[in-house]
Amino acid sequence: MTAAITIEGLEVVFDRFRALKGVSLDVREGESYGLVGESGSGKSTLLRAITGLAPVASGTIAVNSKRLGKTRDKAFYRDVQMVFQDPYGSLHPRQTVDRLLQEPLAIHGIADGEKRIERALDEVGLGKGFRFRYAHQLSGGQRQRVAIARALILEPSILLLDEPTSALDASVQAEVLNLLEEVRRRRKLTFLMVSHDLAIITHMCERLMVMRNGEAVETLTASQLIGHRVGEDYTRNLLRASEGFVRV
Amino acid sequence: MSETLLDVDDLRVTFPTRTGLVQAVRGVSFSLGRERLGIVGESGSGKSQTGRAIMGLTPPQAEVSAKKLAFDGVDLLSISPRERRALRGNRIAMILQDPKYSLDPVMTIGRQIVETLRAHEKVSKAEARERALAMLQAVQIRDPARVFDLYPHEVSGGMGQRAMIAMMLVTGPELMIADEPTSALDVTVQLDVLKILDKLVAERGMGLIFISHDLRLVSSFCDRVVVMYAGKVVEQIKASELRDAQHPYTRGLLNCMPRIGFERHPLPVLDRKPEWAA
Repeated sequence: MTAAITIEGLEVVFDRFRALKGVSLDVREGESYGLVGESGSGKSTLLRAITGLAPVASGTIAVNSKRLGKTRDKAFYRDVQMVFQDPYGSLHPRQTVDRLLQEPLAIHGIADGEKRIERALDEVGLGKGFRFRYAHQLSGGQRQRVAIARALILEPSILLLDEPTSALDASVQAEVLNLLEEVRRRRKLTFLMVSHDLAIITHMCERLMVMRNGEAVETLTASQLIGHRVGEDYTRNLLRASEGFVRV
Repeated sequence: MSETLLDVDDLRVTFPTRTGLVQAVRGVSFSLGRERLGIVGESGSGKSQTGRAIMGLTPPQAEVSAKKLAFDGVDLLSISPRERRALRGNRIAMILQDPKYSLDPVMTIGRQIVETLRAHEKVSKAEARERALAMLQAVQIRDPARVFDLYPHEVSGGMGQRAMIAMMLVTGPELMIADEPTSALDVTVQLDVLKILDKLVAERGMGLIFISHDLRLVSSFCDRVVVMYAGKVVEQIKASELRDAQHPYTRGLLNCMPRIGFERHPLPVLDRKPEWAA
């Protein structure tokens, strides 16, 4: 299997703060890979560094065997798209869904916009009725579906998901997770998914990396985690925490 | 458990909107002793508005009505705003979701706790400080004297939430309403905060209303659970009997979350029926 994303010794520094301290990672093509950790562990920064939204101090990132330089070209963004955590913040409040979906098509000079928009909306289960609505007229789950449609419209091969369901209700979360799984199967996508919820990561991903303080704690397969075959105490603590409150 | 602390009968909260009246809470009834009661529902189910109506924090344009809304025998809807203020923060307290937004950003944590205390009790500054420090200690803040002088932006989310719990408990309330107290926190920190809350509620014999969208968390923490949908109570059940929940909505909420070690693809989703809201 070929590698979709290869990261070696990645360092991200904000002023004097080292947000990522030499993290290495490889995601295979067609794989779903999870990043777990508490806030401030650097998991979102890792995604942002891949897309060029965080300042890389040293280390290398290669996507589809092509090493990335300082800037990302258009071809990169056709291949790699991102879905953000907060659907209330990531959609332009004064643009209709149609306008939002036009934007990436216009940037990349794609002609068959009409067809693509209809197909993207169908694919995320929204249908044509939502095309001329504004973000504020949609529920949180519907907004996240629009954000997913916007990511899919360029037909990328890699999707970076930054806590895609943590702003949603549990019942809506299930719908969005199912949608993501279905698109991944249909389009043979590679996922790199961030979450603080171990249950979501084991549900969605085959392999995962536990992060803490900008460093990798350990790399596991989902079945190792389910079987509690973990090497580090930190991961064990996370596992215990995810089982919910236990009165002593 | 026998004495009733709070009695809610047919509570309704109505908001005027451009398109007419919207009832956010439509006839909610329950009673609470010195126990832990969970209120669970999705966004928009009216769970927070129920908590706010009890606290008296409904926005002024909205209308609250009820056949009965009584706290320890006092009818909350007929007393004056002044009497209501004396209750609020003193005998009834509320913890909000996100310490980043609900603490005053330009006041040190210590001063905020002292302010709460001195608003309700005649105590000297020195004594108020002592009690605030003791309270910070009770919520397991390791260095209370240091945290006392910090501003909210200088502490982590978990620490801020502990400070808020300290602020709310310093007057020794009998009823505590916690509206999503841990949703903004990391899983590991979540458990610490819940442990502290659980211990203090048990020690002081308070009544607790725990509002959350996370049914599993609530059921592990509370004695009894009220499940709300579209402004109504669809089911009231003992937390220990949640497995035998009857209502399809409750069962759906329980089922729809991914769990470690239970492979289900796709996840079961809620099939909302219009008659649930009827």
